[in-house]
Amino acid sequence: MATTPSVRRLARFSRTERALHWIHASAFLVLLVSGLCLYLPTLAQLIGRRPLLKDIHVYTALAWVGALALVLLSGDRRRLLATAREIDRFDADDLAWLQRRRAPQGRFNAGQKINAIVTAAFAVLFAVTGFFLWYGERNHAFRLQNALIVHDWLMYVSFFLLLGHLYLSLIHPSTRHSLSAITRGWVREDWARRHHSKWVEQLRQGGEA
Amino acid sequence: MQGGMRPIELGSRHGTDPLDARQRRYGRRGFLLLVAGGLSSLAWAGSASRLLSPLTSAGSQLLGNQLPVGGWRIYTISGTMPLLDPSSWRLEIDGLVNRPRSLSYDELTALPKAEQVSSFHCVTGWTVHNVQWAGVRFQQLLDLVQPLPEATAVRFVSAERPYEDSLTLDQLRLPDAMLAYEMGGQPLSRPHGAPARVVLPEMYGYKGVKWLTRMELVRRQPAGYWEQNGYDQDAWVGRSNGYHS
Repeated sequence: MATTPSVRRLARFSRTERALHWIHASAFLVLLVSGLCLYLPTLAQLIGRRPLLKDIHVYTALAWVGALALVLLSGDRRRLLATAREIDRFDADDLAWLQRRRAPQGRFNAGQKINAIVTAAFAVLFAVTGFFLWYGERNHAFRLQNALIVHDWLMYVSFFLLLGHLYLSLIHPSTRHSLSAITRGWVREDWARRHHSKWVEQLRQGGEA
Repeated sequence: MQGGMRPIELGSRHGTDPLDARQRRYGRRGFLLLVAGGLSSLAWAGSASRLLSPLTSAGSQLLGNQLPVGGWRIYTISGTMPLLDPSSWRLEIDGLVNRPRSLSYDELTALPKAEQVSSFHCVTGWTVHNVQWAGVRFQQLLDLVQPLPEATAVRFVSAERPYEDSLTLDQLRLPDAMLAYEMGGQPLSRPHGAPARVVLPEMYGYKGVKWLTRMELVRRQPAGYWEQNGYDQDAWVGRSNGYHS
């Protein structure tokens, strides 16, 4: 490898991965804010404009699904499949890490794997319940009594997951460097050694192979 | 791509490896369990929510009832909620009647007062139990205006245009139908339709016109706002709008 600047940078997230993350993140924020304006009585009274907010919520949801599909179709699918395999697999180190024992972690630590799995499952459930809420209003055969409650519960859990995610990525001093991976794509090697040593090891072997 | 970055396709190399003996596919299992559990909750979430409602509504009360947990959601069809001043508000009762009337708030509240505690069911799936209403029975209002024999229904017009709905005279004579001006012992609040709204617990809430300004007696029930959008004219709870009890 060519000469390096003082700190080496390791590529952590591809363009496709970053695109998926930011599409999901920005859509979630718009959906959360417009949804809360529809949902909380105080906000509903303060802001009003319910038909407009309903349109924003529905069309953002459609754009969200469409944009994710577009990235899946046009992005680096081999890389995404490999990422999915990484997230799928938990080894003894992951289980030890979850029991708060020190254990070397791969590109995703066990907590990040769980976060990704929950986020993906909730995306499916949000989309399904949201579809029933939207389409059930037009065709009563698709009306499900509990779709609204499940949609609400997903929102509550996601809201607290988001708070934790924002804390770890923006505030917590030892983890917040990971923000660089999802914005610029890379992290510093010294940071990666501390948090994802198994990944750095894999990179080294991969580079030499 | 940044300088100093190693040009390695990580992940793909690692990912195509056959499953290591020490690795477990917990990820897909967790994903499928969550999706399956979430989908199955479409069947049981209502019962669970009712079971948890003492807990969740206590939590909501701690937050000053900001969360509509076990509580109300406010649906409107226009930009803002009508803000009606009771001192200038009038309720017009006209159409097929012998003696059309225009009632002030004071005249309405001077009529014999009826009180009831009933459940409120919304067609979108939520319910508020034990709502304390006070108002007047519709028979009182019908006696005032004396409907003509050909009148069969009342068209209720809201200040929130173009919201309207209707009920038959028979439905209005149900023992728990009322024109409410109090909720929970307080004058009706703006989100709940101040100064007066229709209450018929046996039907879904969209029949309960809020911010009421006019009652027109008519020969045939017209299609109201939600009926024009495909909802049933007779909105019996549990046996209309695609629900079966």
